[in-house]
Amino acid sequence: MEEIRNYTMNFGPQHPAAHGVLRLILEMDGEVVMRADPHVGLLHRGTEKLAESKPFNQSIGYMDRLDYVSMMCSEHAYVRAIERLCGIEAPIRAQYVRTLFDEITRILNHLMWIGSSALDLGAMAVFLYAFREREELMDCYEAVSGARMHATYYRPGGVYRDLPASMPQYRESPWHKGEDLKRLNAWREGSMLDFLAAFAGDFPRRVDEYEELLTDNRIWKQRTVGIGVVSPEQAQAWGMSGPMLRGSGIAWDLRKKQPYAAYADVDFDIPVGANGDCYDRYLVRVAEMRQSNRIIRQCVDWLRANPGPVMVETHKIAPPDRESMKSDMEALIHHFKLFTEGYCVPEGEVYSAVEAPKGEFGVYMVSDGANKPFRVKLRAPGFAHLSSMDTIVKGHMLADVVAMIGTYDIVFGEIDR
Amino acid sequence: MQGAEDANGREGTEMAPTTAADSPLAAALRDRLGDRVVALAEARGETTLEVAPQHLREAAALLRDDPAFRFSELMDLCGVDYQGYGEAEWETSQQATATGFSRGVEGEGPGRFRWSERPQGASVPRRFAVVVHLLSISHNRRLRLRCFCPDDGLPLVPSLTALWPGANWFEREAFDLFGIIFDGHPDLRRILTDYGFVGHPFRKDFPLIGNVEVRYDPDRQRVVYEPVSIEPRVGVARVIRHDAGLAQARAEAADRWQQN
Repeated sequence: MEEIRNYTMNFGPQHPAAHGVLRLILEMDGEVVMRADPHVGLLHRGTEKLAESKPFNQSIGYMDRLDYVSMMCSEHAYVRAIERLCGIEAPIRAQYVRTLFDEITRILNHLMWIGSSALDLGAMAVFLYAFREREELMDCYEAVSGARMHATYYRPGGVYRDLPASMPQYRESPWHKGEDLKRLNAWREGSMLDFLAAFAGDFPRRVDEYEELLTDNRIWKQRTVGIGVVSPEQAQAWGMSGPMLRGSGIAWDLRKKQPYAAYADVDFDIPVGANGDCYDRYLVRVAEMRQSNRIIRQCVDWLRANPGPVMVETHKIAPPDRESMKSDMEALIHHFKLFTEGYCVPEGEVYSAVEAPKGEFGVYMVSDGANKPFRVKLRAPGFAHLSSMDTIVKGHMLADVVAMIGTYDIVFGEIDR
Repeated sequence: MQGAEDANGREGTEMAPTTAADSPLAAALRDRLGDRVVALAEARGETTLEVAPQHLREAAALLRDDPAFRFSELMDLCGVDYQGYGEAEWETSQQATATGFSRGVEGEGPGRFRWSERPQGASVPRRFAVVVHLLSISHNRRLRLRCFCPDDGLPLVPSLTALWPGANWFEREAFDLFGIIFDGHPDLRRILTDYGFVGHPFRKDFPLIGNVEVRYDPDRQRVVYEPVSIEPRVGVARVIRHDAGLAQARAEAADRWQQN
């Protein structure tokens, strides 16, 4: 009799369902996965080492490029680490602006997730719907920072500048004209907060649209219900966090349990799954979008009512404004020192974690008192999640691996760093 | 590596020997671990416990299972290379202003050397450490666990994969980037660097520009590896200042925080 051997399959690194550059060596018995060995690191850029060679502020931009679908949340963890080492606290308005943008980021991330993982499992339309709303939120990114994705908007001591008083509008072009143009600009007559209020008023209806396409969809449920079940014990043993942990029924959310920014003052719920399968994680993420929308509404109301500074006025850390720089010698010196040498951060070490859309994003920072960090370690949620791949997908079919990669919500920018 | 008191009188650093750590967690740690505690410090609301490598696994098992701790999740594990800790490239003492612009950076600071010029030979005591961040979901607490490798020529610590399977990739990463060997790890392979990579890139004596670069060679019709051709270049000098600025700035910020 001929010897029957397992078949080894190379999945990726260029597979469209691999969400980037995941190379997966799958040992198959027929169509059943016996062993999965993810090879990561194809996008390794040595961010942590690069950060050691630069003044603190120059690495904020790298944080955007880690998890490039939830940019500002990574920035948040990094600037908070610096703030805690220096012992400074951003003004309350900056805290609300950060809360607002963290939640915008969460919606951006979950929209990307729902679109792309539905696409992986054969549902094309959701992707188109999700990207429609992503566009509007990316316009908010652009309005505050000038960049649609890699914003570098959070700074130690606050945020780069206050929210803009007007929202950029579409101009007439061969592609946007007449009624179409009027519809696109309907929300953009006032400030950015007006735009966001209009967006937040409309967004629950949009989430209903995605749910209509997926939640009771027979094919979607066949592909996700009972697939990739993660028990609460497993989730903890593998260091999971975020929707992966909540999908398994553990109500753990840093925004509630260890509040930062203005999360202690806003009202929201933590959605929790029951079975820990791919479908539950889908439901958790959809519910999180609705909760984020609630937080955005509250932040918009607060920010409208409470003007104030968005940056600390200690010029040892935050640069003085351009105007005083032109007339005030002291301000000019501060500006020069900050942008050439940077500031020295007191000796010590700190671990600052935020609830990023994918889970706990942590920055462990060691400072020896210099103007550059001595060591920065970025704790990416996706790295811990992906390491459990072998255990979770063992015994599943090949097609379920794709469903599982989808619900891990992996982005290689943060896993490979 | 001496800890300095910062302006508020708090312990500014982790390197200080056992200090006044008097939270309930610290008390419980001292109670249960006894003389296995090498150092215990609290700063900025975070507790740091240092244990010796021979006690690491035992202590970790206790931290995970003891009802007083229940650190059920290992959130992060990383290596740290303490070579060059607290060294500046640019001494800005009294003479700094007297000599004006002649303050050019000298020496082989981080990022300023090539592979062939890398600093060699100097043995640094307590050079490599493994830092673990634990999280207790039931108590809503974190703990930093640190373990120094006794021999910096062959950094060796016990693996924690048997306790938290999630430690697997984190330990592979620390091995890859720092060359720390985890005793008892089931599958200690490189994880982030290229197949066949030489060296441990996050060590302080590894050049920032790397050692090899790759390109496709059309003649040989394959990818070839060559020594890096770029110059090492770091724009900003590493300086350490203990000016009063931050303390004052912090006090001002605290005032403003109350006004808001």
